[in-house]
Amino acid sequence: MAKKIKKKRIAVPEQDPYARIHNFNEVSLGYTWELAIEEASRCLQCPYPSPCMKGCPVDVNIPGFIKKILEKDIKGALEIIHATNSLPGITGRVCPQEQQCEMNCIMGKVGDKINIGKLGRFVADEARKQGIYPSTPSVEKKGKKVAVVGSGPAGLTAAADLVKMGYDVTMYEALHEPGGVLIYGIPEFRLPKNIVRYEVKFLKMLGVNVITNVVIGKTFSLYELLNEYDAVFLGTGAGTPKLLNLPGVNLNGIYSANEFLTRINLMKAYKFPEYDTPIRKGKKLAVIGGGNVAIDAARCALRIGYEEVYIIYRRTREYMTAREEEIIHAEEEGVKFMFLVSPVEFLGDENGNVKVIRLIMNELGEPDSSGRRRPIPIPGTEFGLEVDAVVFAIGQKPNKVLYQEVPELKTTEQGTIVVDEKYRTTLKGVFAGGDAVRGEATVVLAMGDGKKAAKAIDEYLSNGYPWPDKIEPAKF
Amino acid sequence: MPMFEILDKKELAPHIKWLRVHAPLVARAAKAGQFIILRLHEKGERIPLTLFKWSKDEGYIEIVFQEVGKTTYELGTYEIGDKIMDIVGPLGRPTEIENFGNVVVVSGGVGAPIGYAVARGLKEAGNHLTVIAGFRSKDFVILEDEFSEIADELLITTDDGSYVRKGFTTDVLKEYIEAGNKVDFVFTVGPVIMMKFIADITKKYRIKTVASLNPIMIDGTGMCGACRVRVGGEIKFACVDGPDFDAHQVDFDELIMRLKQYQNEEEVAMKRYLKKGGC
Repeated sequence: MAKKIKKKRIAVPEQDPYARIHNFNEVSLGYTWELAIEEASRCLQCPYPSPCMKGCPVDVNIPGFIKKILEKDIKGALEIIHATNSLPGITGRVCPQEQQCEMNCIMGKVGDKINIGKLGRFVADEARKQGIYPSTPSVEKKGKKVAVVGSGPAGLTAAADLVKMGYDVTMYEALHEPGGVLIYGIPEFRLPKNIVRYEVKFLKMLGVNVITNVVIGKTFSLYELLNEYDAVFLGTGAGTPKLLNLPGVNLNGIYSANEFLTRINLMKAYKFPEYDTPIRKGKKLAVIGGGNVAIDAARCALRIGYEEVYIIYRRTREYMTAREEEIIHAEEEGVKFMFLVSPVEFLGDENGNVKVIRLIMNELGEPDSSGRRRPIPIPGTEFGLEVDAVVFAIGQKPNKVLYQEVPELKTTEQGTIVVDEKYRTTLKGVFAGGDAVRGEATVVLAMGDGKKAAKAIDEYLSNGYPWPDKIEPAKF
Repeated sequence: MPMFEILDKKELAPHIKWLRVHAPLVARAAKAGQFIILRLHEKGERIPLTLFKWSKDEGYIEIVFQEVGKTTYELGTYEIGDKIMDIVGPLGRPTEIENFGNVVVVSGGVGAPIGYAVARGLKEAGNHLTVIAGFRSKDFVILEDEFSEIADELLITTDDGSYVRKGFTTDVLKEYIEAGNKVDFVFTVGPVIMMKFIADITKKYRIKTVASLNPIMIDGTGMCGACRVRVGGEIKFACVDGPDFDAHQVDFDELIMRLKQYQNEEEVAMKRYLKKGGC
């Protein structure tokens, strides 16, 4: 007899909005065993390869691990995920599942799609709670060395896959703590830092040598790495903030999102003066931008005590690039959204502190290259908004500085590193992936790149170091 | 040897300290004009400090700093054998050293260590080297022996006249130029207001001048933009585009304003530190 299909998705417990804006604890509390099993039981267990798998940039066998949850076999579930994804505690939290695995879920035809993200997270969290790590079969050492530059999602994934293949892997990080954007960018309430540390610890257990406080391009040159290693993977991300060169942009209290988030997440400025790094406090703060980073900055601002926090976006809500879940969380927490406005100028007081943003209203014109309707300023509609601080979250570009001494490494006009479909750069032995080649994307796409690049590196090192004379730029 | 262990320590003047620290990776790549960023401990902030000397062979770096805020006061309490948690570097572009002919290095206060590093490089490149080093008073004069070893001419001045002569570095530079000395290049480092006035003088005489800037930084690799300065109307990041810039293009007033960004917080941190009996 056919099982009755449960159409409704099992809700995930969350911290109450009024309580959570006063702390940095995680907003989503995750499934309990009971709720996880109930949600897992909704899965139709489509045959391999399931539609959901096809939407996963790192090829996780989703029905497989969901089945293991039903069997209450956490280690089994963890090992299925880990077979292709070394960072389940992270992907379960920050992947845009609604645009990937969950988008293809067959259950969507009869009811709510399966909450794959939260089930993946449940597996990782439960394993961590119980101190379970996936078994690590011993591999034959290949006797070859690979350097991974950058310890964000792309680097972590490449390092994990390469060490599992038997390579000696050394990962270099410029900051004092590994994790890249997972540590400095994504806030504690969305991705607790102990989860990142746990996943890095597992990488070290696998044998990856993690070296912090080394800036490639400064402490060592890329050429020095090439002398010492058989191959190099660049996962250096898109770490240079974009700012608009408007009048008053350097006034005190105007931050790039990178600076604002780094002070809070990496340096724990929300605990000042217990921690030494300060951050500007005040009543009103405006974030400029409509992506996930803008939302993260706005929600951090509430938590450090700003009473009125605005998101200033030049288009309308449907064009925001932030995840729906994040927008909803921000709305619940009281972030105020202003659509169809752009900044034109910042005004300060006699001490150089920002006091007012001058804004202009937009209307939407024809679609631009991104397919979204272009905002066009309406003359004569300028007005002022009083603020104590401003955060620019209008995007990042790759950090060119790291390779400015390496003319052979070709970059695009946008500053991204040119690679072919096998992640090969124009410098023999050097591969690149993640935001360093994409410009600005998601954690999981960077992970997917790290994975595919690891495979390409293995192929290169196994086949006698072939390198094409000409690199055909791949489209991302 | 443990990383970032303090190997030697001296007090050069009241609240101005010199440290030699084990940091072989920084030492092997360091060049004049570059800096490091350090973090003392788990709760510490990241602060930039300029490199004074280093030894590639022996794996150490030397830094000179003035105790002005919580972190530098705390660093001042670190003794030989203590370890600094994190040091990263060398950061920033090295100073462009070439044979300009007659060069003048103008340093003010604790700008002297970086002034020395650059002056030494300029001397080694074959320049005729004049150093103008200004200090508040006799008690605060540092690195006199080091400068006199490398400089063809060393002109020390004190604000109050308690040592050598009375006057600011700007007075000395002006007199030096007006006395008919040929100057092809000026490098200046020290208080921002001093660099601003030095730049005003050399602009009048059309002398190429480079200033080494010291804005607030966090990562030091071009990631946060805290150190942004306006140079020739454009926004530059001092950590990766600098710290050296054409002094005639720098918006010094904006830099002065931005350096005061956390004045209140710095006071809070310092008071709290002193209350806890920090030093």
